[in-house]
Formats: sequence, structure tokens, C-alpha cells
Amino acid sequence: MNEPGKNVLKDLPPFKLPPLPYAQDALQPVISSSTISFHYLKHHQKYINTTNEIISGTAFEKSTLEQIIKSTAQESQYQKLYNNAGQTFNHWFYWNSMKPSGGGIPQGATGAAITRSFGSFDSFAKELFNTSSKLFGSGWTWLVKDNSGSLKIINTANGDTPLTMGLTPLITIDLWEHAYYLDYQNKRDEYALSVINKCLNWEFADINFGG
Amino acid sequence: MKFLSFLAIVTLFSSSFSSETKTPALQFDSLPYAFNALEPHIDAKTMKIHYTRHHRGYFDNLIKAVKAESLSVSGLPQLFAKASKLTPVVRNNAGGHFNHTLFWSIMAPKAGGKPEGTLGERITATFGSFDTFKEQFKKAALTRFGSGWAWLCVADDGSLFITSTANQDNPLMDVAEKRGTPILGLDVWEHAYYLKYQNQRGGYIDAFWNVVNWPEVSKRFTSLTNQSKKAPEKK
Repeated sequence: MNEPGKNVLKDLPPFKLPPLPYAQDALQPVISSSTISFHYLKHHQKYINTTNEIISGTAFEKSTLEQIIKSTAQESQYQKLYNNAGQTFNHWFYWNSMKPSGGGIPQGATGAAITRSFGSFDSFAKELFNTSSKLFGSGWTWLVKDNSGSLKIINTANGDTPLTMGLTPLITIDLWEHAYYLDYQNKRDEYALSVINKCLNWEFADINFGG
Repeated sequence: MKFLSFLAIVTLFSSSFSSETKTPALQFDSLPYAFNALEPHIDAKTMKIHYTRHHRGYFDNLIKAVKAESLSVSGLPQLFAKASKLTPVVRNNAGGHFNHTLFWSIMAPKAGGKPEGTLGERITATFGSFDTFKEQFKKAALTRFGSGWAWLCVADDGSLFITSTANQDNPLMDVAEKRGTPILGLDVWEHAYYLKYQNQRGGYIDAFWNVVNWPEVSKRFTSLTNQSKKAPEKK
């Protein structure tokens, strides 16, 4: 249980919905089973289906998800493919960034790097929340590692992903309204704070940190 | 013409002067109908949160930002004309306030149907038929990735066009892909429909046609095109 699934970046088309690493009701009360059901079975599935539809019969059929995302970024003629391929990855990353009874202070490699980069876990957690609070519109908040090994917190808009920015994502929070609207409506900050405190999967961050 | 259309919009915003702010361009109008008036197409809970939380939030944050930056705002369209030079907080919240004010006004209970008169004729002439117009508008609303709006606009030359913008931008902004004055707008942020339609944005767009207040859209169209007709007489 809670073992992250195989990283979808090396997957070849046609892409399939990766398994949810816990039951749909496992994150209650932070995220309702109804929200997970729509989010995973409808939204995530739709991004995957649309990606498959667009690449069907094209040279992209032989590319991994990672190659598709990286080669379509900033290419306006591939905007729709980039959006959907990016969301295919981002959502897999998001499901694995959470676990039931998660949160707390990370003890592994990520925890040590957080202390080095942010001074303390508390100042990191504050900055993570404040950054999420500032995103306008649909998008994501990420903890990422740069080439020098130091950690940063960034927001990306819509389907954008740190993969195309030379950054290694460690953990993410989905801030699209569909991620929380049934449960929190306009109170996005409450959702983000609850995810940070109660759901983040630091073992997953450690796997990404080492990778 | 551009200046005149700005005047028309400023007049819309100044029509009921509010005591909440000294700037007539910045006021929070009351919703022109009850929260449940657009049921079943738009549910009461969505309307209430959308108007009292989301729209109110944009308005309050706009007032705060205008004060903090000591901006003098003669009208929102004037502000939008230099959107690229605004801080994100002013651009986002001014857009959010303007867009929602327009949105509430172009919907009504027991509305829908087809536009009549000159606007109806112009829609048919521009798009081929009212149904084709609705299809193209729906496509613009569906393909807006992320949060944003779909619009029917009047260009400077008086022609009609459909466009969409991201987040709380709108076609009056100098950053817009295609600029014009919006006369019909549909909010496709998920907060506008998620409680009732969830992932079915298409169902929400289809339902929208049942509540479009075409007399109001026509009124906006006429006031803009009357000005563009008058303009050449000045020569």
C-alpha cells in the first residue's frame, strides 16, 4: 500500500490511466471520495484519452510521455498535445504526492534538503502555502530540485510542468478548481493547507529526490 | 470610435452611483435577480458563492489594490487599454470585477431564445445562422484550457467576432489576442459550473443559452454600433 506506481514518464502510447495508489475514499476528510472519483476517473482519464487521440497516427506514437511533453513545450502548433500530455503526467505525480495519514515532517533526504534550502521545515511549509495562495487561475504548486541540488517552490499555470524547465519535481499540489471545489468551494487556502498538513507523501518526494 | 465605446461602458458602470467608493467606475452592483432565479440551468448555491464570494473577492481586492497603488481610475475600459502595464493584482481583479458584472447582466430568468432585430440579423450574416454562432461560441468556451471566458464582441469597425481569454483577462485589454468590446460573456472558470456540472463543461455551455438575456445583449450592441454610425458624420 502507498507504493508509488511505475513512473509514467517512460510509458509508450497508447497511454493508460495509472492505478490510484490508494482507495478513492482514503484521503477523506481532506479530499472527498466524490472529488477523487471525478478527478481521477473523469479529468485524468480525459487528459489521457485526448493525448492518445491527438498522437494517433503521428510520429509521436513511438515517443515516451516524457519525450512528448519535452518536445511539444513552447511549440504553439502542439499546444493542445502539450497541455494534455503535461496533465497526464501532472496528475499521476499529484496522486502519488499524497497518501492517507501523510503530512508531518519529512525525515529522509528531502527533509535534510528542505532544512538546507529553507532554514527549517516551518519556514518551508509557510512558503509552500503562501506560494500556493498566490496562484491566479488554474495550475499547480511544486517543490522542485534544481541542478545544484537546492530546493525551490514554484507555481505553474494550467498544464505546465517543471519537467520542461530543467527542474526535478519532488511533490505537487493541484490547484485547479476541480481538485477541491466540491469540498471547499472558494476556500482554496483551506484545501491547500489541509493537503500540506495531512496528505503529503514524503516517501514519494524522497524517491524523486534520489532519482 | 474607441473613445466613444469606452464612454458607453463607463456610463453603464456609473448608472447607479454607489457610496462604497468615490470612484464611480468602481462599484459593486446588486445581482439583478435572486440566487435561484436561473434554476435549473445555474443552481442557487453556485450563484450565491459565485456572486458573494468570487465576484465580491475580486471587487474588494481591486479596491484594496487601487488604494495601495494610489491609482486614479476613471473607468475600467481605460484601465484595460493599458493592461500590459498594470500590476497582476490590479489586472486580475479589475478584470474579475468587470467580467462578472457583465456576466450577471447578460443573464436573466425566463430568458434565452434568439436575439431579435439588428443583432439577430448581424449574427446570421456574420456566422451563417444562429445555430452556427452557438456552435462556434461553444467551441471557444470548450477549448479554453484552464480558467477563462468566452466572448461575443464588437470590433472597432462594428463587426462581430467570437474569442476567448485566459483567467480574468478580457478583449478590452491591450494584451488580448483580438481586441473589441464584449457584449456577451460566458465564465468558464470551473467555479462557475463545477457544483452542478463537474467535468461536463459542455453541458453547462448548452444550458447557458436558456438564460441569455438577449434584449440586454442587443442593447449593448446597439449602443456601440450607433456610435460607429455617428462617427463618420463628424467628417
